[in-house]
Amino acid sequence: MNTRNTEIVVGLFIAAGLAALFMLAMKVSNLNIYNDDTGYEISANFEDISGLKVKSPVTMSGVRIGRVSDISFDADRLEAIVKIRIESQYDTLPKDTSASIYTAGLLGEKYIGLEAGGDEENLQQGDKLKLTQSSLVLEKLISRFVDAFINKDPGDKK
Amino acid sequence: MLNFIQQLGRSGIDFFQRLGRASILLGQILAGIPGVLLRFPLIIQQLYSVGVLSLLIILVSGLFVGMVLGLQGYNTLVDFGAEESLGIMVAVSLVTELGPVVAALLFAGRAGSALTAEIGLMKATEQLSAMEMMAIDPIRRVLTPRFLAGFISMPLLAAIFSAVGVIGGDFVGVGLLDVDEGAYWSQMQASVDFYDDVMNGIIKSVVFGIVVTWIAVFEGYDAIPTSEGVSRATTRTVVHSSLAILGLDFILTAIMF
Repeated sequence: MNTRNTEIVVGLFIAAGLAALFMLAMKVSNLNIYNDDTGYEISANFEDISGLKVKSPVTMSGVRIGRVSDISFDADRLEAIVKIRIESQYDTLPKDTSASIYTAGLLGEKYIGLEAGGDEENLQQGDKLKLTQSSLVLEKLISRFVDAFINKDPGDKK
Repeated sequence: MLNFIQQLGRSGIDFFQRLGRASILLGQILAGIPGVLLRFPLIIQQLYSVGVLSLLIILVSGLFVGMVLGLQGYNTLVDFGAEESLGIMVAVSLVTELGPVVAALLFAGRAGSALTAEIGLMKATEQLSAMEMMAIDPIRRVLTPRFLAGFISMPLLAAIFSAVGVIGGDFVGVGLLDVDEGAYWSQMQASVDFYDDVMNGIIKSVVFGIVVTWIAVFEGYDAIPTSEGVSRATTRTVVHSSLAILGLDFILTAIMF
């Protein structure tokens, strides 16, 4: 094989390797070229966030509009503080938006769902969401259900 | 008893001598890199024989490993009603583990053994001595381009392996077993992280590339210059690089995850 053909084949090989790498970056891992630091950050206090993680999705009407950027514990109020970074193009959320923690599927990962309120003013960098609803923990739910069941039982017999 | 201890001592000394020779050789190879970069056609030639010729086996194995993962994963996941997560399973296991490791094992068998045999035979037929007679440093002329070619090819081959494997999983999962195509790709994209998963796989494959070509080149250069010596060196290349790949894989995984 002469040099020219060798070089062409090697060029194809390197191009194929880079294309595969590009595919792994874009199609498999959905690499976000845009830096995560864009957008604005709001925070919310939750009584219970079990299962929520940094980078969990934040959605409104089912569309992902941001991610959880930080989770910490408020030692004074004994609550969890969740920082949420919203992408900059979604800058028209009303100030009285409420946040709840939901589960994707029965055992899937937790995400935050935002519901819009009716306020005229929009959320700004550093604002705090006042209305929040905690994560549903399956064990708590079951124990509450069992409690209710046991307590109700004698009443039913009467 | 004393003989046994003597044997043990001798093999210990042998081992460290070989390690020392290998390290010195690596230093000499690395020292030759600037000179070789100026003569790029040498590297291209080696990229062809080390990388391009390994492409077929990498493509075929990648496709089949991905297809088997799709099939096996589906059978397990469907019991839990979680067959939508097939994409995550296939992609994570390929990108972080199977891609780099299996590609490196195949690379050691396909390219590493060829490198050792070639260099060993050059030594046995005194081509290397002839070069020295002509005042050409055989390490820079023969070993460095091969080492660089292995170093460049290995990450590319591992990336190709993973990418083809993910597509193979898609063939079986989406094509044959009726997993939803959107769920396959979107769950994969949501769970696979570029820096944590893909980059770690690439780092692994770079390390494997260096180690495999280093072992292959050293075994060839250090071979006893007879036909038996070359055949033994070739065997050692495959065995040692496979063991090194698996051991290093464990260490790298423990460090990075």
